[in-house]
Amino acid sequence: MAKEQQSAQTLFRLSGVSCAGCVNKIESAVQGVAGVEDARVNLADKTLKVQGAAAPQACIEAVRQAGYDAEVAKSSERQRREEQRAQEERHYHQLLLRSAIALGVGLPLMAWGLITDKMSVNSFADQLAWGAMGLITLAILVFCGGQFFSGAWKALRHHSATMDTLVALGTGTAWLFSMLVVLVPHLLPESARHVYFEASAMIIGLISLGQALEVRARGRTSAAVEKLLELQDTSARVLRDGKEVDLPIEQVQAGDQLRVRPGEKIPVDGVVLEGGSLVDESMLTGEPVPVKKGEGDSLAAGTLNKNGSLLFRAEKVGADTRLAQIIEMVKNAQGSRVPIARLADKISAIFVPVVMIIAVVAALVWFNLGPDPRAAHMLVVLTSVLIIACPCALGLATPMSVMVGVGKGAEYGVLVRNGKALQQSCNLDVLVVDKTGTLTEGSPRLTDIESEGDSDELLRLLASLEQGSEHPLAEAVVIAAHEKKLDLQKPTDFEAITAHGVMGVISGKKVLLGNSKLMQRENIALGDWQARANNLAEQGRTVMYGAVDGVLQGIIAVADPIRDDAAAAIARLRKLGLRLEMLTGDNQASAEAVARQLKIDKVHAELLPEDKERIVAELQKGGARVGMVGDGINDAPALARADVGFAIGAGTDVAIESADVTLMRSSLHGVANAVELSRATLGNIKQNLFGAFIYNTLGIPIAAGVLYPLTGMLLSPIVAGAAMALSSLTVVSNANRLRFFKPSEVH
Amino acid sequence: MNAILVNTIGVLLIIAIIWWFWLGPRRGVAKTVAASEQLKILVKNGVYEPDHIRLPAGHAATLHFLREDPSPCSEWVIFPDLEISAELALNKETTVEIPAAKPGKYPFSCQMQMYRGTLTLE
Repeated sequence: MAKEQQSAQTLFRLSGVSCAGCVNKIESAVQGVAGVEDARVNLADKTLKVQGAAAPQACIEAVRQAGYDAEVAKSSERQRREEQRAQEERHYHQLLLRSAIALGVGLPLMAWGLITDKMSVNSFADQLAWGAMGLITLAILVFCGGQFFSGAWKALRHHSATMDTLVALGTGTAWLFSMLVVLVPHLLPESARHVYFEASAMIIGLISLGQALEVRARGRTSAAVEKLLELQDTSARVLRDGKEVDLPIEQVQAGDQLRVRPGEKIPVDGVVLEGGSLVDESMLTGEPVPVKKGEGDSLAAGTLNKNGSLLFRAEKVGADTRLAQIIEMVKNAQGSRVPIARLADKISAIFVPVVMIIAVVAALVWFNLGPDPRAAHMLVVLTSVLIIACPCALGLATPMSVMVGVGKGAEYGVLVRNGKALQQSCNLDVLVVDKTGTLTEGSPRLTDIESEGDSDELLRLLASLEQGSEHPLAEAVVIAAHEKKLDLQKPTDFEAITAHGVMGVISGKKVLLGNSKLMQRENIALGDWQARANNLAEQGRTVMYGAVDGVLQGIIAVADPIRDDAAAAIARLRKLGLRLEMLTGDNQASAEAVARQLKIDKVHAELLPEDKERIVAELQKGGARVGMVGDGINDAPALARADVGFAIGAGTDVAIESADVTLMRSSLHGVANAVELSRATLGNIKQNLFGAFIYNTLGIPIAAGVLYPLTGMLLSPIVAGAAMALSSLTVVSNANRLRFFKPSEVH
Repeated sequence: MNAILVNTIGVLLIIAIIWWFWLGPRRGVAKTVAASEQLKILVKNGVYEPDHIRLPAGHAATLHFLREDPSPCSEWVIFPDLEISAELALNKETTVEIPAAKPGKYPFSCQMQMYRGTLTLE
């Protein structure tokens, strides 16, 4: 799909097309339109694909002149979803109808049996009456339960057994036995001439009802993707020939200029050309505070323009937008499996044939050893075991929770790549964190300036000098001067002395900026400035001395400031039981200063990128489960080595593609949210698995009759059918509880 | 007499179940295709058709799933070992890209493990 977008392909839906002759006529007409590289008609689905940069309206006009009609096909993901939803709705109503019909026959029949206790065939009149009822029930089995039988038959031919197999066998056996009673009652002992037509109808009705309720509950589990899809706008205001025109989103192309007014959604990814506004990016990043956007800033599709008008250029459209990629990733992750599901997988794989064997064995035991009426007991046990054993709930236990968990993460700006990452995030021992850009803001800032005289004048001289330098720290000094609106001058005789500093002449004054080695080299006494410099250095700042005309005038300190929310996030992570270690390429002193302030357990400083991976591997060798937080590109080897790699930052395409978990905002709170979400999801999965296992492991022996010696009663197949229908519903509903998950702290 | 008949039928049934589902020859619908060919898989009535697919290993391929089964169970197809999942649209073709992978058997299934198939790369 991405490729289609890049090569500017437009899809049209045609009407009035019926023959191969029409195809040629339309293709040649459209190929004559300026900008069309290729035009292909698909007669089967009545569509026209146009390759090239031609205006869609011109293509439509060409089709019309050829005697047909066309419109741009809007088969967006959102529409596909709507169609899906409509079909789901139809299926839901269909299931309800089947259930109502089956229960409509089954319930009165059961009531008759309970009230009158006349469910046996003892006379010709009984044979006629129950024979008619048998035919009605057969109609129910065919009309309301037909899909179980056809599914079971197909699966059987494939040497496999499914839930349909169990339902079809259970209800089919009950009906066949009852028909046998009706047709040849004299062949059976008097006590076994009981019919079970009501059971067949009731079971079909209850299972259909359970499925209908499950369809409903399932719809809610994918609510997160729906929410993301709703963020995509359907139209955009594009500038064409100096005019603003509203176009369907599918027609917007990269490079188009678009206008977005206050209160409107940004339709595609782009860069602001004109105007300024606050943009609410919360649905995409989890960041609650609107972000200020101005010329040159990037905009993401799906975010909300709050108060100003923006003109921007489309950079990425369609499937290439970040929102589309996120939706795709969430969908893929929702379908992935978690390692904990392996057990359920193994059981499900052999479950149905095993249950069939158990049912036959139990039936034989009842027939040979049970009390009278043996044949009736045998049938009840056989049917009940088959019906109650369906492992649907077991199969649903993990995917449903993963689906809700992954979707919930997306709501808080935590993109989980797969179920495995979701599971592993819950039991990490150590979290290694890259310092720059994660704990700190990532760009150095001037933090201190101390001088003998006018500090602004000193800053003006030093910033003027630094304009000529390419050192990363120089930028911080120049920015600080710009912020104070100081008038900078160009230096003359500029010289950069490696590992020392810089010098030059400004307004006739010789200015030096550098470390103590530079001052020693130029024979400038440090005096008591050295103690003040050491004091600042201990706080993790990089200190430089500034001298003018051979006299030391003061010191400036530059540091990469710690992010505002880092301390709170680290406290939260420690509370979650994680040990924190810092990785950085910076010097030991600055790293330790940051670690001290943030209460980080261990520091690994002066590292090369390959060292980071080695440290993660060493921690793993020591038996620790390691999470690694980094910015996703230079930390890639370490992120890949870690049990769970958290890519933190603006959610670049690379990060989305490569990390286990991508955090859409640059805050460690995202990691804490991910860990909390992971624990909540795993807890939910365990509840589901426990419920499903208990249901099956207890359900089968009860259906087989182990409680008979105590209670003197067998489990009715109807109760088994109801229990089976409810078990899946319970699992789906429990998974839905996860939708109320909230991180312990929302920032 | 009845007891012998019922017990015999029971035992035969157990043997039949074991043979049919585990021991018997799998004549399941299998299809072998070149990586470049389009492979259509119908999702209907609780099974994938074909449910055994053979593809040459080391080549990327595209599978086309057509889901005609409205039951929510068939909504997703999952290849756990290849870490691929796809939501299948109802009555519409959904393409699933299979990356170049090592030779081996890669089972695929619906979320509930009721619909099952095997992709063999050789």
